[in-house]
Amino acid sequence: MNSFTPPSTWIHLDWVLVVVCAWLLIAILGVLALKRFRLVVTVLFPVSGAMSLLLLGLALSAAVNRPEVAVLPIGLPQLPFHLRLDSLSAFFLMVIGGVSAGVSLFSAGYFRQGEGTPPGLICFEYHVFLASMAMVVIADDAYAFMVVWETMAFSSFFLVMANHRIPEIRNAGYLYMLVAHIGALGILLCFGVLQANTGDYTFANMRAQHLSPFWASVAFILAVFGFGAKAGLLPLHAWLPEAHPAAPSPMSALMSGVMLKIALYGILRVSFDLLQTRIWWWGVLLMALGLITALFGVVFSTVQVEMKRLLAYSSIENVGLMCVGLGLSLLFSAYGMKTLSALALTAALYHVVSHAFFKSLLFCSTGAVLHATGERSLGKLGGLIRYMPWVAWPSLIGALSCAGLPPFGGFVAEWLLLQSFLFTTGLPSSFLNMLVPVVAALIALIAALSGYTMVKYFGVIFLGQPREEKLAEAHDAGRWERIGMLWLALGCVVLGLFPNQVIALIDPVTQLLVSAGMAKTVADSGWLLVPVSIERASYAPAIFLLGVLACFGVAYLLVRRLYRGGTRRAPPWDCGYPWQTARMQDTAEGFGQPIRQIFEPLFRMRRELPTSFDEQPLYRVTVEDPLWHGLYLPVAAMVERISKLIGLLQQGRIAVYLMYSFVTLIVVLLVVKQ
Amino acid sequence: MSILGLISQLMAIVVALVLAPLLSGWVNQWRARLQNKSAPGLLQPYRVLRKLFNKESVLAEHASTLFRMTPYIVFGCMLLASAIIPTLSTDLPLSPAADAIALVGLFALARVFISLAAMDVGTAFGSLGARREMLVGFLAEPALLMVLFCASMISRSTSLTTIVETLAHRELAIYPSLLVAGVAFTMVSLAENARVPVDNPDTHLELTMIHEAMILEYSARHLALIEWAASLKLFAYSCMGLALFFPWGVAQAHAPLELLLALPVLVIKLAIGGVLLAFIEIASAKMRIFRVPEFLATAFMLAVIGLLVNILLGVA
Repeated sequence: MNSFTPPSTWIHLDWVLVVVCAWLLIAILGVLALKRFRLVVTVLFPVSGAMSLLLLGLALSAAVNRPEVAVLPIGLPQLPFHLRLDSLSAFFLMVIGGVSAGVSLFSAGYFRQGEGTPPGLICFEYHVFLASMAMVVIADDAYAFMVVWETMAFSSFFLVMANHRIPEIRNAGYLYMLVAHIGALGILLCFGVLQANTGDYTFANMRAQHLSPFWASVAFILAVFGFGAKAGLLPLHAWLPEAHPAAPSPMSALMSGVMLKIALYGILRVSFDLLQTRIWWWGVLLMALGLITALFGVVFSTVQVEMKRLLAYSSIENVGLMCVGLGLSLLFSAYGMKTLSALALTAALYHVVSHAFFKSLLFCSTGAVLHATGERSLGKLGGLIRYMPWVAWPSLIGALSCAGLPPFGGFVAEWLLLQSFLFTTGLPSSFLNMLVPVVAALIALIAALSGYTMVKYFGVIFLGQPREEKLAEAHDAGRWERIGMLWLALGCVVLGLFPNQVIALIDPVTQLLVSAGMAKTVADSGWLLVPVSIERASYAPAIFLLGVLACFGVAYLLVRRLYRGGTRRAPPWDCGYPWQTARMQDTAEGFGQPIRQIFEPLFRMRRELPTSFDEQPLYRVTVEDPLWHGLYLPVAAMVERISKLIGLLQQGRIAVYLMYSFVTLIVVLLVVKQ
Repeated sequence: MSILGLISQLMAIVVALVLAPLLSGWVNQWRARLQNKSAPGLLQPYRVLRKLFNKESVLAEHASTLFRMTPYIVFGCMLLASAIIPTLSTDLPLSPAADAIALVGLFALARVFISLAAMDVGTAFGSLGARREMLVGFLAEPALLMVLFCASMISRSTSLTTIVETLAHRELAIYPSLLVAGVAFTMVSLAENARVPVDNPDTHLELTMIHEAMILEYSARHLALIEWAASLKLFAYSCMGLALFFPWGVAQAHAPLELLLALPVLVIKLAIGGVLLAFIEIASAKMRIFRVPEFLATAFMLAVIGLLVNILLGVA
C-alpha cells in the first residue's frame, strides 16, 4: 500500500482498511465455524460490534482531516483499487459504524439454531455486507466502486434469502436482485458518461472533466435512476416492501438503516462532487421525485397490516424526504446561494443519520417481537409492553423519533428541512417561489402522517390487550438484544438533544460539497440551534426537554400537594359495556381505515364483503400497490413478449444457425463493398 | 436573561395555570346562555378539579406505566406551550428554546401520547378515539403549521416572539394572507380543541365522540390533569390566535409598565374571544366523522393559499 501522506502520521484510511479486513476475517471464521453456534453468536458478533465502534471512532476523527488517498494493488493488472477518505466518506462511515455496532450486538442475541441458513453462513454474508458497504464509501474509481457495489448487492441478496425454503422469500430475493441490477446498469452508464471519453475511470479524472450541460444532465439522471433504484425512489421502490420482511430482522435493520443511505451517498458523490456543473432543474427533479416517493411511502405505510412491511414503506417515505433535502440543496447551489444550500444539505444529512438509528432500532424491535411471539401480523399482537418492557420502551423512543416529535432526532431533521424551505423566497425564479409553499405543506402533511403510522405501529403491537392467548407467554429480549437496542435508542436521544454537536460533524461535508457550513453560526449560539440568526429561528432541544420535565415536575408536585385519594385497580370501564374481549379493540386494518378512505384513489383495493345470508361471513380488504399492476407487470409482460420474438430466431437446428452466419456474411460483404 | 424577563416568564406560566380553567368556564357559561339554558357558575371548572383531586383513582387492571405517565406528559406539554406563546410579554427567556415549528411539535407530542394511552387499556372506545384523534391530527397539524408559516413569512422568522413583535409594530394594514390564515386557524382550533362542529365536549356514549372516548378510562387525579391540560390547550390556542391576529397590547422587552397593563388587555381579549367561540359552537351542527377530513382539508388549503398570497403580493 502506498499512501501519499507520510507514514509517520496517523493514517485513518489504513485503520479503516484494518476494520474492513477484520470484518472479512470474522466472515471467514464464521464459515469455518459453521456448525459451532455458540462461538459464532457469542464471540464473533460482539467482536464485530467492537470493530464497528472502532470504525465509528475513526470516522469521527477523520471527519475534519484533509482527504487521504491510497492505491491498493488488487484487482486487474493496470487497474488497481483507488481509495480516498474525505469528509463525505467519513460521515457515511460514521453512520455505518454507529448503526452496525448496535445491530451486531443485537444479532449476537438474535440468531437461533435451526432457522433457515446456519448462523455461520449468515455471519459470513453479514460481515461481507458490512465490509463492502464500508468499501463503497471509500472507493475512488469506477472499477473499485462497481466491484464493491455489486459485492454489497450480492451479500445482501443472500441475507434476504436467509430463509430460502419459503417461496415468497425466494420471489422477494429475485425481485431485489433484478432491481439492484437494473440500478447497477444505470450507475455503470453514469460512470461511462462521467469519464468523458478519456478512458480514465478514476474519480479524480471525473472531477477534472467539465461536461457540457447536456451530458452532465444525462449523467445526473442516470445516477438518480441507478442509485434511486437502491434507495427505493419511485417507481423502483417495489423491492423494498418485499425484501425487508423477507430478510431476518437485523438484516432488514442494516439494509434499511444503512444500505439505503449508501445509495444516497452515491447520488451525493456524483451530483455534488464528481459533476462540476449544477443546473437548477436537477434540484426540482430530485425534489419532485423525493416528494412523490415520500407521500406514496407514508400513505402506504399507514395501511399496512404486517409490521415489517409497514416499516419498509416508512423507509421509502424517509428516503423521499432526504431526497427533497438534497434536491433543495442542489437548487440553492445552482443559484450560488451557498449558505442556504449548506442548510438544506445539513437537513438531509441529519435525516440520514437519525433515520439510520431509529429505523434500525424499530427493525430490531420487530425482530425481538417476532422471536418472542412468532407473529409478524399486527392483527395478532398487542399488549406486549407488559411482557416485553425492554423491547417496548426503546421502540417507543424509536417510534417517537420516526414520527418526527421533539425532542428526538427525527424532529431536528424535519425542523432543519422546514427552515430551509422558509428561505426559498430568496430564489430568483418566481415559478420556484410558488412551488415552495406547496412542497413545505406536503412535507408537513407527510410528517403528520408518519405520526399516524407510528401510533398505529406502537399502539397495536405493544399496547392494548393481547389479541392472542399465547402472547402472554412472550419472553423479553435477551441480554445482547437489550444492549443493541439500548445503543440505538441512545443514538436517537443524543441526536435529538445535541444537534449542534452533530452539525459540527456534518459541517466538513457541507464545506466540501457546497463550500459553506453551519458550524460557525452553530458554535456561536451555545445551546441553541440557530440556522442563520437568532431572530429568524432557534430551537434548543435540551432546554425544551428540561422545560417539559420541569412542567412534568410541576404537575407531579401539584398532584402530590393537592391529591387526597388513593389508587385502586379495577376492570376497565369502557362506558359500562359488559364483557369486552381483546377482539373488540381496533385492529391494524381498522386503524388504517380512515386513511384508506381518504386516499382511496391511490390504492388498488379488493374488498370481500359478506352478505347477510353467508353461513361463515368473511370480510377481507387487501390493499395493493397500483404501480405493481400498472407498471411492473406490463413491463414484465413486454419483456417476455420480446424475448419470445427473439426466441423465434433460435430454432435449435444447426442448419438454421449456419444460414444465419451465411446471411450475416453476405450482408457484411455488401456493406463493406459499398 | 433579565430579571424582568424572568418575572414575565413566571407570570405567563402562573397566568396560564389560573386563567385556563376560567376561560373554559367562561365559554361554557356563554354557550349555555346562548342556548337559553341556565348557566353553571364561572368557577365550575375549578370545582370539578377540586372534586377530582379528592377522589380515589381507579386504574384499569392492566394499565401500563405509559398510561399513568401520560397525564403528566400531556399537562407538561400544554403548560410549556402556554409558557412559550407570548401572551403577556415578548420578553420570554424560554422562547428561543422552541419556535413555531417546535410548538406544533409540542402539540403533536401531547397528541401522540394521549392516543397511545387511549390504546393502552385496550377497550373498544379507547382505540376508536385514538384513531379518530390521529385522523383529526394529521390534517390539523400541517394546517396549523402553514398558518404559522404565513405569519413567519411576513416577519421573516419562525421565532414566536419575533413574529408577535413584527405584527404588533406593523402599520394598521390588513394582510390578505393573514385574513385567509385567520379563517384556517379558527377551523383548526375548533378541531384541535374538540369543539363543535368537529367534536362535542359535552357528550359521552355517542359514536362520534373523539376526545372523550380517549380519556374514558381516566379518573380522579389523572382525569383532573387531563381536564386541566385540555383547558390549557384551549388557552394556548386562544392566546396564539390573539398573538397572531390581534397582537396589540403585548408588552415589549424592558417595559415593566406595559407588562402590568398587558394582563387586563389579555383578559378582555380572551373574554371577547370566548364569547365568539361559544357563538360559533351554538351556531353550527356537529359533523359526521367523515366530513371532518373535508373540513380540515379546507383549512389546510386555505392556509396554503395564504402562503401563496404572501408570495404573490411580495410581502416576504
